[in-house]
Amino acid sequence: MAVIFQGNEGLASHEPADIVDISDQPTYGDALITGSIGEPSVLMPMLAGDSASHDVAGLIFNGLVKYDTDLGVIGDLAESWDISPDGLIITFHLKKNVKWTDGVEFTADDVMFGYKTIIDDKTPTPYKEDYLQVKKAEVLDRYTFRVTYGKPFAPSLTTWGNLVVLPKHLLEGKDITKSDLTRKPVGMGPYFLNKWTSGQEVVLDSNKTYFEGRPYIDRYIYKIIPDSATMFLELQAGGIDMMGLTPIQYTKQTDTDFFRNNFQRYRYPQFSYTYMGFNLKHPWFKDKRVRQAIAHSIDKSEIVDVVLFGLGSPSTGPYVPNTWPYNPDVRKYAYDLKTARHLLAEAGWVDTDGDGILEKDGRSFEFTILTNQGNNLRINTATIIQWRLAKIGIKVNVRAVEWSTFINEFVDKRRFEVVILGWSIGIDPDQFDIWHSSKTKEKEFNFVSYSNAAVDDLLEKGRRTFNIEERKKAYFRIQEILAEELPYIFLYVPDATPVVHSRIKGIKPTTIGISYNLYKWYVPKGLQKHRIEQ
Amino acid sequence: MLTYLVKRLLEMIPTLLGITLISFFIIHLAPGKPTDVLAELNPKITPEAREKLEKYYGLDKPIIVQYGMWVKRVVGFDFGESFSTDRRPVMEKIWDTKQPLLERRLFITFMLNLLSMFIILMIAIPLGISSATHQYSLFDKITTLVVFTGFAMPAFWFALLLMLFFGIHLHWLPISGLKSVNYESLPLAGQIWDRVRHLILPIFVSAFTGLAADSRYMRSSMLEVLRQDYITAARAKGLPERTVIYKHALKNALLPIITIMGLSVPGLIGGSVIFENIFGIPGMGQLFYAGVMQRDYPLVMGILTVGAILTLTGNLLADIGYMIADPRIRAR
Repeated sequence: MAVIFQGNEGLASHEPADIVDISDQPTYGDALITGSIGEPSVLMPMLAGDSASHDVAGLIFNGLVKYDTDLGVIGDLAESWDISPDGLIITFHLKKNVKWTDGVEFTADDVMFGYKTIIDDKTPTPYKEDYLQVKKAEVLDRYTFRVTYGKPFAPSLTTWGNLVVLPKHLLEGKDITKSDLTRKPVGMGPYFLNKWTSGQEVVLDSNKTYFEGRPYIDRYIYKIIPDSATMFLELQAGGIDMMGLTPIQYTKQTDTDFFRNNFQRYRYPQFSYTYMGFNLKHPWFKDKRVRQAIAHSIDKSEIVDVVLFGLGSPSTGPYVPNTWPYNPDVRKYAYDLKTARHLLAEAGWVDTDGDGILEKDGRSFEFTILTNQGNNLRINTATIIQWRLAKIGIKVNVRAVEWSTFINEFVDKRRFEVVILGWSIGIDPDQFDIWHSSKTKEKEFNFVSYSNAAVDDLLEKGRRTFNIEERKKAYFRIQEILAEELPYIFLYVPDATPVVHSRIKGIKPTTIGISYNLYKWYVPKGLQKHRIEQ
Repeated sequence: MLTYLVKRLLEMIPTLLGITLISFFIIHLAPGKPTDVLAELNPKITPEAREKLEKYYGLDKPIIVQYGMWVKRVVGFDFGESFSTDRRPVMEKIWDTKQPLLERRLFITFMLNLLSMFIILMIAIPLGISSATHQYSLFDKITTLVVFTGFAMPAFWFALLLMLFFGIHLHWLPISGLKSVNYESLPLAGQIWDRVRHLILPIFVSAFTGLAADSRYMRSSMLEVLRQDYITAARAKGLPERTVIYKHALKNALLPIITIMGLSVPGLIGGSVIFENIFGIPGMGQLFYAGVMQRDYPLVMGILTVGAILTLTGNLLADIGYMIADPRIRAR
C-alpha cells in the first residue's frame, strides 16, 4: 500500500476550487491527515486515560450504544434494547453479522468478556466504577446480552459504549496489559490499524466491511506534532488537513483569503466549563454574601472576549448551553460594583484604614488564586479577575503550579483559597461526584467541600430515574441552588474550533461536534489529493 | 595504561550507584504519582480503585525498597516496564528492536546530534583559528557577531522563522517530522533524499545556535598557544606561518576541545525538548520530558542511567584522548 502525492498543494501551487471538475457525489479514496499534540499510548479504550488514545481507538472500536447528534442514545452494535419498568434490567439485542476485522463474528460473548475484563482487579483501568454497579450480567444467546443493576442507575445505559467490547477470541486467557493488541488492536469500527510509528504517526485504513457501510476516505493518518505553532505551519504547507485551532488562530491568523479558499472552520461548544472554586472551609468564603459580591465584580463576557477572543459563552451553571439539562433561567450576577460593595459591607468587609483594601477584624482581604501551569487561558482569566477585584478593594495574587503538584499538594490537602480549574463533563448530566456532600474526602471531587441537603437529594433522584422529564426537573433545580449559593463562580464554556481542509465534504456540525460521522466524510473525485494503492 | 583503564572502569561502578540513588530519591520527592494521569480529577475513580492502581505499580512500598527492587532488575540489564498506560518495557521505548534503526529514539537523537556536532566542529575549528590568527580584524569581529547572534537567538523562534520561509513561502523544505507521507512509495534514492530534506532545517538550526561555544573556545585556546615561547621559537627558526599554526600550535590548541567533546557525549543522547518538539522529531528529549510530566519513574530512571553511563564513558574517552594527544599525561 502506498500514498502518492498528486500535486504539491500549498500557497504557491493551489488551484482555485472552481476550475477543478467536481462531482459532488460521495466517492471512495483519498486520505485525511489530522494533527495532534499528544501521541496515543494504548489503543484499547478501557486501558486508555488520555484523549489521543480515545480519539484513535474510537475509530477502531464501537460500543453497544452511542450518542445521537441531539444527545439522545441510539444503538451502535446493539440493534435495540429493553429496560425493565423498574429500571434495573437492561437487555441488549445485538446486530447480527458484524465481523471483527480478522473475520470472526462479533457476539454477546465479546461483550461479556469485555465486562469481565473491566471489573477484573488485575485490569488497571480508571473506568471500573460504573461496571461495579452491575449485579449480574448474562449472555442469553449469541446476540442477546442482559445486565441487572442493584439500584436504578440512569447513566448506566450510556456506559455500554466502546469501553467494554473486546475480541474474546484473541484475548481470552491472556494478560490484557501485556497483549500485543494494545498496540495492534483488532476492532470492528470504520477503520483498522495499518501502522503505528512511535512518536510520528498512526496510520489507519478503512474497514471495507464496516457494518454501517465502507468509509469513503480510505486512509486516516493521525500525525503527532508536539508543537502547536509547528502544527499550524504544517496546516498551511499542506502537511495536515485537520487540527484544532487556538482562539487567536481562529479569529486572527486564519482570517485570510488563503484560509477561506482552502479550509473550512467549525465552531461548537465543548463539553466542559471553566470555573472559579472557593474553599468553603475558609472562614471568609463560608459567607455566601462574599461569594456573591465577588460574582458581581467579575464580568464574564469580558473574560470570554479577552481570553477566548469571543470563542465561548459565559456560563451560569455546570452544563453546556442548549443541551437538555441546561437551565437558562437561574440567578445571574451582572457586573455591578455597587451591589458588590454593599454585600461586602454587610458581611463586615470595610476599608477602615483607607489603603484601598477592605479589612475585617483587622485583616486585609487578600487571597491567592491557584491554577495549573501551562494553561494560559486560565492564567489570563485569573489575571483579569485580579484586576477586577482590585476595584472593590480585594487584593488577589495569582499563582500557577505544575499539574501534579497542584493536585497533590494544594487541592488534595485543601491548601487553597480559590482555584481556577475546569471540568470536562460527560454528556450524561449526573454530577454526583462533584456536588454530593459525601464526596469531600481527600482525592474526591467535591474538594471545595460543598454541602447542601437539598442538592444531595436531587442528585440522588436524578441518577435513579430513566425518565428524562424527572431528571430534567432535578437538574434544573440543582442549577438554581448552585447559582444562588455559588460554591463555584461558573466562568465560561469554551468553544471547540477545528479546521478541516475544504476538499473534505460531508461534515455536519452538531452539538456533539463534527467527528461522529467521520466514516461518511468524502472527497469528490476531482479534488482527491492522495492516491492509496491497495 | 591497562591497569589505569581497569581502575577507571571499576571506579565507575560506585559513581553510577551514587548517581542512580540520588536520582531515584529526587524523582520520588516531586509531588504526584504515575497514577495521576489515570486517576486525578477523574470522577469515575474511587479511592479503592486508586489504591489498587498504586499497588499494581508497586508504589505502596517504601522508597528504599522500591530502589532495591529497581537495582536488582537493572543489574540484569532490565529497566522494567514504563508506568504509562502502554506498559511497554523502558528499553523498548528507548531502543525498539522491532523497528528499523532509523525509527529508534536513541538512534534518531544520537545521529542528529552527532551530525550537528560534526558540522559545528567542521566550521568552528577553522573559524576559531582564523579569528585567533587575525585577532581584532574585521573578519574576527564579523564572526564574533555572527556566532553570538546564533548563540543568543532562541532556537524555537529561529526554527519557526526558517520553517515559515523555506516551508511555506518557498516550498523548498518540509516543516516537521522525519519523512513524508508518501515515503513508503518512493524509490530508495527518493527515500534518502526525503530523509535528508527533513534533516536540513533541524541540523542547520542546531549547528548555527551551537557554533558560538566551540568557536570561541578554539579562538581563545589558539590565542593562548600563540603566546607561548615555543611558537616564538618556531617563528624565529624561520618556519612558514602555515607550519607554525597548523603543525605546532594547532595540536596543543585542540586539547581543550577534546574535553568539551567528552562533556558533550551526554548531550548527544539527551536531546533537547524544545528543539525536538518544534521539529516534531521523536527523540530522547521528548520521551524524557513526557516521562517526567507523567511521573513515569522507570522510564525517567532508565534514561538517566543510560545518560550517566554515557557521561562517565565520555569522560573516560576524553581522558584517553588526552593520553593520545598529550605525551605528558601518558607519562603519568
